[in-house]
Amino acid sequence: MLVSMNWVRDFVNLDGLDLEALIHRFTLSTAEVEEVIHKGAQTRGILVAKILTVEKHPDSKKLHLLTVDKGSEVVDVVCGAPNVRPGMHVAFAPAGAVVSGMELTRAKIAGYISNGMCCSEKELGMSDDHEGIADLDELGLEYELGAPVERYIELYDTIFEVDNKSLTNRPDLWGIYGVAREFAALTGRALGPVPQTDLNQYEALPPVDISVESPACQRYCGLKVENVSVRKAPLPIRARLHACGMRGINLLADLTNYLMLELGQPMHAFDLRRVSDICVKTFNAPFVFQTLDGSDREIDANTLMICNGSGKAVAVAGIMGGFDSEIKDDTSALLLESATFDPVSIRKSSSRLGLRTDASARYEKALDPELTIPAVGRFLHLLLQCDGGVKVISRLSMAETFRYPAISIALKQSYLDRYTGMPIARERVTAILRSLGFGVEEQDWGYQVGVPGWRATKDVTMAADLVEEITRVYGYDNFEISSTRSLLAPVRPRQGKTDETLIRDMLVLRRSLHEVHSYIWADKAKFRELELEIEPNVRLLNSVNPNHETLRRSMIPTLLTFINENRGYAPKFGIFEIGRTVRGLKDNGECDERRMLGIAVYGREITEEALFFRLRDMVDELLRALRHAIPVYPKAEPEHSWQHPMNTFRIELEGQSIGQIAPLHPRQGQKIDKKAAIAVAELDLGLLEAIAPLPLRYREPSKFPGIDADLSFVLGAQQAFADIERAANALDCEWLESIKLTDVFALEDGASVTVRLAFASNSKTLARAQVEPYIEQLVQTLAEKGIPLKQ
Amino acid sequence: MQEQLQALRAQFDTALRQAEDSTALEALRVGFLGKKGHVAGLMQHLREFSGEAKKEAGLLINRLKDDIAQALSLRAEALRQAELDKLIQSAGQYDTSRPPQAPAGSYHPITLTQRELERIFIGMGFAVEDYNEIVNEYQCFESLNIPKHHPARDMQDTYYLDNGQVLKTHTSAAQNAIMRKYGAPLRAIFPGRCFRNESIDACHENTFFQMEGIMIDRDISISNLIYFMKTMLSEVFRQDIKVRLRPGFFPFVEPGFELDINCLICGGEGCPTCKNSGWLELCPCGMIHPRVLEMGGIDTEEFTGFAFGLGLTRLAMMRYGIKDIRDLNAGNLKVLEQFPS
Repeated sequence: MLVSMNWVRDFVNLDGLDLEALIHRFTLSTAEVEEVIHKGAQTRGILVAKILTVEKHPDSKKLHLLTVDKGSEVVDVVCGAPNVRPGMHVAFAPAGAVVSGMELTRAKIAGYISNGMCCSEKELGMSDDHEGIADLDELGLEYELGAPVERYIELYDTIFEVDNKSLTNRPDLWGIYGVAREFAALTGRALGPVPQTDLNQYEALPPVDISVESPACQRYCGLKVENVSVRKAPLPIRARLHACGMRGINLLADLTNYLMLELGQPMHAFDLRRVSDICVKTFNAPFVFQTLDGSDREIDANTLMICNGSGKAVAVAGIMGGFDSEIKDDTSALLLESATFDPVSIRKSSSRLGLRTDASARYEKALDPELTIPAVGRFLHLLLQCDGGVKVISRLSMAETFRYPAISIALKQSYLDRYTGMPIARERVTAILRSLGFGVEEQDWGYQVGVPGWRATKDVTMAADLVEEITRVYGYDNFEISSTRSLLAPVRPRQGKTDETLIRDMLVLRRSLHEVHSYIWADKAKFRELELEIEPNVRLLNSVNPNHETLRRSMIPTLLTFINENRGYAPKFGIFEIGRTVRGLKDNGECDERRMLGIAVYGREITEEALFFRLRDMVDELLRALRHAIPVYPKAEPEHSWQHPMNTFRIELEGQSIGQIAPLHPRQGQKIDKKAAIAVAELDLGLLEAIAPLPLRYREPSKFPGIDADLSFVLGAQQAFADIERAANALDCEWLESIKLTDVFALEDGASVTVRLAFASNSKTLARAQVEPYIEQLVQTLAEKGIPLKQ
Repeated sequence: MQEQLQALRAQFDTALRQAEDSTALEALRVGFLGKKGHVAGLMQHLREFSGEAKKEAGLLINRLKDDIAQALSLRAEALRQAELDKLIQSAGQYDTSRPPQAPAGSYHPITLTQRELERIFIGMGFAVEDYNEIVNEYQCFESLNIPKHHPARDMQDTYYLDNGQVLKTHTSAAQNAIMRKYGAPLRAIFPGRCFRNESIDACHENTFFQMEGIMIDRDISISNLIYFMKTMLSEVFRQDIKVRLRPGFFPFVEPGFELDINCLICGGEGCPTCKNSGWLELCPCGMIHPRVLEMGGIDTEEFTGFAFGLGLTRLAMMRYGIKDIRDLNAGNLKVLEQFPS
């Protein structure tokens, strides 16, 4: 929103104050100012002058030769404007004056000397009009020739821009008058009234027939006026609109816009020939309606419409008028609308129609319905100034369905002090609140505060809101700052957090893996490239990117897309991510969100088996560090299509399955790199968090020599080292310290494995004969299970 | 005897000069000092003498024996030194500029920045909390005083899911759950990943990190908030930071602020980075809205509190000079390998 300081000064006297500093203060106390524009900064030395004579240039169709009285002397001027006439008062830039940064010089134009230039409205920064020169007689003023033109028109102004988003909570700041109130509060100066026409004088006139059929119309005020003859808004009105970024259209449209900018109250003028009675309602059946911008809009059953007496829609309520009923060049009578609508209704209609207007933006913020009446008074005041011949032909008529309750808030002194943490003088508190329009009764315990209507629609409802009003005007820069006096309390880290830190450290520092972040959804295009199935899961309803539709069930596919994109990075590398996946819905309908660790390793010049075991060792190492326990890896059916059907294993810790590990399925493997092996593992860190670390058990090393026994067994294709380990542990031999795998080599159908059993006693030197029975028993047990000793 | 001794000595000296390695030296030792060696042979001749002469001859033989032993030892040491020198020379000088066999792994820059911030907050007695990425509308909006159709929802382009939940748009979505979990007094930060449904470019990501913090206690005031933010940010940037509060509208705080810090590039003089204002908008903060406290089960008669949100992603970009936000989620190892710790 653009704010003209000249306009603000219509309502609050800021004489003698540094405007720049004041605008800075607005940033610190009200809303951030994005930009300050000095209108007219590139223009100076323009005088009021009068055209004495006009002659056609002998050799040019467009040019005129003028004599111009600039007060101090009469000079010759060559001018190209079509609208010159003798006796016309103009804004004259003599040689030496600067217009839009260009200095004027005495020059010869088409053979004649020109001593200056008559300025257009555009050159004066008053409008976009560059058709002819500005006609100062439009203003109806008595001029002193040679006087600086800024004495009569707003050549100079300071305009500042505030981002609309920083005003969403302040409907009152969507009009200049509300901004003026802020400046009055910030400077301690008085806020002047808004000059308006007394509407009571029309009470005897017939009413406007208004019927409101929907509660979404909170209040509707109407007034009929006829005999409008002026078509074009006067220069000062158009100049203000221009300064605030609006284009002039015609007198009535410009005045409604002027009112909207000044008071924040959107208004609409209907051509009385089309609209003489008002009905506000919704339609059951959808239909097409042409708005005044010429577009056809689909109107549905939820869109509130303004209709005329015969029930024909004439405007989309609070958003935009209709094409048929807008003010035309020959309109001389109007029905003026000043209304308030339900903010949510307007907001929904506006987004449904994809049509946000200056009016709808204001209504969405919840306007004060009380503003509708002064707005009509103000409109009439300005209209009568512009066109003395207009005649009001109805009384102000109103229909209302809703009133905001009056709000009175008890603000305790202790409450205020607790929030500020420092004292603010009582009289200062009262003065600040009053300057913002709040009613204040001082009490022993604090303040009873009445909230003015323009702040009572949603913005200020409780004591904390008043604290903000007081402190922001007091100025946060004026606060003393101090530490809290909170008690000391221990802070214990969560196990899950400690786990994540250790996992990252081990994978990065010990295993040289790279930590990555990938998206929580499947990317259709990237998945398709690797023939990765997008597993059915919870879906996004409204992604702006059509490739993002389904949330990921596993960390691995997004990691695989990264492996794919990095395959030229190094002959071997690995990546990991700690992130979230969703495994469908829980019983309560919410997403089953999991905190997961995904690891993917890639290697050329390494067998798939060796790479797999490198990854398996990483997982072992992690869990030993995290939980002092080594997992087991029972064979599992692949859960995902990218897992290797032969070698997918569960990761089981303390009897609980917490993840899976597998080489990549060759389908994806070949897509990524035919010459490389890839293996992946995934751990559910939430499940892991629930498993407490095993206590560390210290065992003093034996001081007596022990006995090692090396045995070689033949494992069949379906048998595993774990079978031997399990049988050895089942011996329940107190001297058996460890069982280690020392050698493996593949046989045609299975493998030959050599294991070393280490026996030792804490109390004596063992003799071979003492451990021999255990070894024999182990060999026998395994033989019975089909694992023979190697011959 | 004398002559024999001299001849033997001369014979030894010649042989010693010819001994080129430890094997030859050992043969020499055995030949002269061994049980059947030349010196032992001379000892046999002692029997031919008696009295003083025998004693004198014994002395002479022993002296010769010692001399030979010493000469052998010196020669052995010299040979060993020569062998070591040869070994040393054969080693060649190493090139330590060779790249490492196993290049270092790397942390994600967000992790490093997050750890740094967590360290600061833990040092100030804050618990580090974690929360879901998928939340209910209640957690994301209603519990934060953002009712349905509130214009504030306009500011956030929310990803809606087909089960009615949303991807959390801000870490504030955890406030309610954390208040309910701990009650007051409470000091906690909760870093997390957030999502906004928008098109991405160098400055915009749909997936990014924030870090929210709340402090709730008896008599927490705006003065405390300013003090805390100044202290905390001075730690974060490792220099004395000036802070400035401006009113800012966020439905879950009242009063709400935008916090600016003095521009770190120009020190507040004004430069292109701060658009000549001398200030950088850094983070939203404010006194927690009484309704938000109430919904979190906290007694507003007894407790007040403040909350602040740090853009973790933005801080990481500032810290490392990362220009394109997309680099953080693209998994490009040439980018990520640059953060070994």
